[in-house]
This record gives sequence, C-alpha cells and structure tokens, in this order.
Amino acid sequence: MTRPRLITGARLQYDDVRSEHVLLIPEGVVKLNSTAVEVLELCDGARSLDDIAGVLRARYQGADVRDDVRELVEAMAQRGLVVIDAI
Amino acid sequence: MPSRPSTLIAELSYQCPLHCPYCSNPVDIGGERYRRELGTDDWVRVFAQARRLGVLQLALTGGEPMLRGDLVELCAGARDAGLYSSLITAGTLFTRERARALKSAGLDHVQISIQSPDPEDNDRIAGNRSFAKKIAAALVARELDFPLTINCVLHRQNLDRIEELLALTLDLGAQRLELANTQYYGWAVANQAALMPSWEQLQRAEAAVQRFRERVGPKVTVLWVLPDFYEQLPKPCMGGWGRTAMVIAPNGEVMPCQAASTIDGLAFANVRNHPLEWIWNESDAFVRFRGTDWMQEPCRSCPLGRQEEDFGGCRCQALRLTGDAAATDPVCRFSPHHDRVVQARELAPTDEFVYRTMKRAAGV
Repeated sequence: MTRPRLITGARLQYDDVRSEHVLLIPEGVVKLNSTAVEVLELCDGARSLDDIAGVLRARYQGADVRDDVRELVEAMAQRGLVVIDAI
Repeated sequence: MPSRPSTLIAELSYQCPLHCPYCSNPVDIGGERYRRELGTDDWVRVFAQARRLGVLQLALTGGEPMLRGDLVELCAGARDAGLYSSLITAGTLFTRERARALKSAGLDHVQISIQSPDPEDNDRIAGNRSFAKKIAAALVARELDFPLTINCVLHRQNLDRIEELLALTLDLGAQRLELANTQYYGWAVANQAALMPSWEQLQRAEAAVQRFRERVGPKVTVLWVLPDFYEQLPKPCMGGWGRTAMVIAPNGEVMPCQAASTIDGLAFANVRNHPLEWIWNESDAFVRFRGTDWMQEPCRSCPLGRQEEDFGGCRCQALRLTGDAAATDPVCRFSPHHDRVVQARELAPTDEFVYRTMKRAAGV
C-alpha cells in the first residue's frame, strides 16, 4: 500500500493571471491540466492510490480511473514532484 | 506585448558577512548608488505588482537577506501576494527563532550556500568562520519542514571535493543541490586565475554527479551546468533578456539580470518612480536586448538558427570580452572573438583570492 504526497514545500495554486493551475515547487512552476490537479489535490499522504481512484470514480459516475491515477502519480514521482512512501 | 515574467529576484541588501571571491554583486556595492535601500512598503507593493504581471517565484537574496530586520514582514507580503518565496542565504543568521518566525509568515523554501564541504576550506573561501553555522541552519530548516536546497559555487579550489559535497547534501536531507559553476562577472573577474577550473576537474565532477543521480534517484535533484568557458555554444542567459525573469537591486533599480549594471548606457528604471508593469514592458533596460531585432552578425544569420533558443547568450559576457554588449556572446564558436574564451582557460592558476568587501578592492 502506498500513500502518495506532494514533495515537501510543494503548493497547488490557481494562477489567475494566466488562468491555469500550477504546482509551485522550490524554484519551479509546473503547469497542470485539470486531471492532474484533481489527482494531486488528493495526494495528501493519507489516501492510498485506491482511495484516490475511489474518490474520482464517485465524482465521475463510476468510471474506472485506477490505471490512469497510478500512471500519473508514478510519472510525477519520477519527476520528483510526488513522494511515494511505502507504508 | 512581451511575454510575462515568472521569476522575481529581489536583492534585499548588498551587505553580507561573507567575502566570497566570486560574489556576483556589483563591485561598487559600497558606493553612493546603493546607499538607500528600499523600505518594507516598497517591497510589499512591488510583490503585489509582480504577481499581477505574472510572477510566481520570488527569490529573496542579497548580499545576505537575513540582514533585513523586516524579513518576516516581507515574507508575509510575498505570501499575501500569492508568490512562492525562496530565501537564498549564507545561513549564518538563520537561527531557530528567526526561522520559526519566517515559517509562520509563509516563507516557502530555504536555500543555503556552502563554499566547500570541508569546514576549513569553506571558511577560507568565504573569508568568514561560517561552516558550523551553515550546517546548524540546514538542520533547523529541515526540523521546521522547510524544503532545503544546498547551493555551492564551483571552481578550481573546490571542484575536487564534489563527492564530499554530494554526500553532505544527502546527510542534510536536502531536496535539491544547485551546483553553479562560477560565472565571470562581479568579483569573479578579479579572481579568474584562482577560480578557473581545468577540463579534467569538470569531467570528473560531472561523472560524480551522474553516478549520484543514478544511485539516489529523484529524491535529490542535482542541478549541474557546464561552465560557459568550456562550451561551444552560448546559453540562453536568464532564459532570454527580459523574457522570464527580472532582478530588483536593493536601491529599487530593476534589471534584466544581476550583472546588467555593468553595461554602461543602460537606463534602469526604479520601482520608487514607476510601476513594475511599465518597467517590464517599456523601460530602456528591458527593451534594449529583448527578442532578436537588436542582434548583429553572426547572430543575425545564425547558421544553426538558434536566435530564439539562446537569444545571443550573455550580454554582460559579450561586453566584458568584446567591449560591445550587443555582440554575439564569444562563448559561441561562430563569434569572431571565440579565441578570447579559449585563452581564458589557459590562465596560469593561483590560489590567492581577492576577497569581496564593501570597498572597491585594488584591481577590481
């Protein structure tokens, strides 16, 4: 079971000047699409990947998003934006 | 309209307890021009203006930004404006008490400089007994759950300690390591022979960085950039002139890069007199080398079509090595002055430093 969280110091913010969602990290800005925002908002270190997929499934009338969530979180971890601590 | 800036580098004060011989601050920091620093209200107003212009990242730097008595208010102002703030500090004044206050005010990230992973060497290069305080500062930053970046300016006299530096970074629990090879402006010009590394040193260091990245993975981000003097093509200095970043000096002058004040004849508008938006869009200093229209040959007909990629390289370096700030950066192998870059690698090395002081030193 893994419970992903944003790296220490990362902050999700809506940039109302450019009208887009961004992840602010030490000396970096990562533009996010709407799917990434929804997933990252749930990466709080308490929810597991299954929990996150469950929240989104409920939000989108039962669509199975588990693989998409895992892929996105793993890609973010590879880029050093998300930490996946094994519990 | 020009593109929107994303980064504001706020040089809060040129005062500093350290005397690093490669300091990038202007060499006339003790002069009349910089005597009157911006006040708290000026900075807070500017932070809000910067956000409206598009800035998201704020670097609070100097000199030593911890010497500002109003740093907590400035961090609160940055957070209110919606900026992500980084404190770029030597660490010697980053006590637990002050760090706690900065954390509460909304400071996001702490970057601490280390001059060498060896305590004695660190203190010799910094010209100040500071290593123990830096380590203590890094530990406090981690204790308070700040993301921590270690930065080290690299040169001939510390490059061979890169393995120790990487190990120390890991020990301190840092998230990032910025390895900045010395750039030759400011005080570094006076110390070029003491700082210029050999090709072999750079090769060994780069290999060590590569091994570290493979071993440690994304847990620690290591920034490593080959120094200009061993390149064949220029870098897009500051991401292009007046394109993504701006620098505000302690006196309120707004510059496209930290060294732009070395370019005679550039007029820098001041945030005391003008809104930041006008300064970014229309002031002389920002308009002068923005885009590609100002370019001369060989940039104008670049055989590699790199005008929008490297933006002609560094204006300050072009000025220093060719006498013309609008010339092609001589790092470029197509520059008629490229031989001056090649020659600089061959300087007879010395270990003697000319240390940074608030007074202009002989030979600077």
